[in-house]
Amino acid sequence: MAVSSNPTASEYIQHHLQNLVLGVHPENGLSFAHSAAEAKEMGFWAIHVDSMFWSIGLGLIFLWLFKKAADNITNGVPGPLQNFVELMVEFVDNSVKETFNGKSNLIGPLALTIFVWIFLMNLMDLVPVDLVPRIATAIGIDYMKIVPTTDVNVTLGMSLSVFALIIYYSIKIKGASGFMAELALQPFSSDNKIIKVLFIPVNLLLEGVGLIAKPISLALRLFGNLYAGELIFILIALLPWFLQWTLSVPWAIFHILVIVLQAFIFMMLTIVYLSMAHEHH
Amino acid sequence: MNLNLTLLGQAISFAIFVWFCMKYVWPPVLGALNERQAKIAQGLADAEQGAQRREEAEEEIAQLVNEAKAQAAEIVAQAQKRGNEIIEESKTGARSEGERLKQAAQAEIDQEVVTAREALRTQVSSIAVQGASRILGSEIDPAAHAKVLDDLIEQI
Repeated sequence: MAVSSNPTASEYIQHHLQNLVLGVHPENGLSFAHSAAEAKEMGFWAIHVDSMFWSIGLGLIFLWLFKKAADNITNGVPGPLQNFVELMVEFVDNSVKETFNGKSNLIGPLALTIFVWIFLMNLMDLVPVDLVPRIATAIGIDYMKIVPTTDVNVTLGMSLSVFALIIYYSIKIKGASGFMAELALQPFSSDNKIIKVLFIPVNLLLEGVGLIAKPISLALRLFGNLYAGELIFILIALLPWFLQWTLSVPWAIFHILVIVLQAFIFMMLTIVYLSMAHEHH
Repeated sequence: MNLNLTLLGQAISFAIFVWFCMKYVWPPVLGALNERQAKIAQGLADAEQGAQRREEAEEEIAQLVNEAKAQAAEIVAQAQKRGNEIIEESKTGARSEGERLKQAAQAEIDQEVVTAREALRTQVSSIAVQGASRILGSEIDPAAHAKVLDDLIEQI
């Protein structure tokens, strides 16, 4: 369903919230979905080309920029780019050092990647909502959602990766039995063996929910914030053009705070979760 | 909210980005940061050391100046003392020299007096003999009366 020349408000919104989906359709074979319904029919084996394009593109910009700074790095007087990169690295490094007590070569770069990458993806939210989709439509692409973090697949993809690291480090540091014991023998414990065994299912339920909640909350918090923010931009875009700035400017200014904050929260929680995975109880 | 392959795609790119960041971005930047930190710490330490050294040097200078002043004062005092000594010495020297000269003159005068007296004495004796011979109208043999004359001379 390409957008009609005179869309209704709900068509307009739905169009803006629809990803560009490439997948195997039961009838059309491998193709781009032309409507939300078609996208749904493709099921799991489909991919959001726009989300992947923008997310990987922004990731590459981040790495290119930082690699460039890292290649020309000097311990003398730094240039502006190096200054900026050092600022970010130092900020992330300090956040890691404050929270994470163990020693790990992974967690610093992980936190930096999360912070900068998510920030860049969130930053796309400040691009006028119609600008890129219009251009895309002009060159024959029906759907174009340029903020990857408004795609729950993207946020969940990242949070599940973090979750995998949590599990990996929990088992690596505490051992499989130690990890299981942490899940099964807490928070309720007793000196009496029988009561202890009786507590196991309760503990497993509580700790299991707590564990599963980590990646879900991580993903949904980011997704929800950015999705809501984007939605409000879209709603503002429904106003007459001469009134839009009265709302879009304050919302954009407020949103600058949100996009940095959400990137920071995702990073901090990742550090905290991994720090918990490294600690013995 | 339809989950699909995007999730896996994002997870994979996430892993690759983190790996890349871990391998090529994080170590050099953090290394440079640490190096600079060490450099700054070294610089501060050096500055502190330099300041300390300067302080020490200043103390040393002050000490040297004081020593030099004391030495100079000592030299001046010594010179003054020596000058006074020289003056005293020359005073004493002059005084004794004057004394000596005076004594020598006195001795010469005494000598002269004795000589004059001696001459006078001989002359007196010859005058006396001449006078006596004139009075007696005869020649007196001085040799014959030498003993008398000598006694006379002794009495003068």
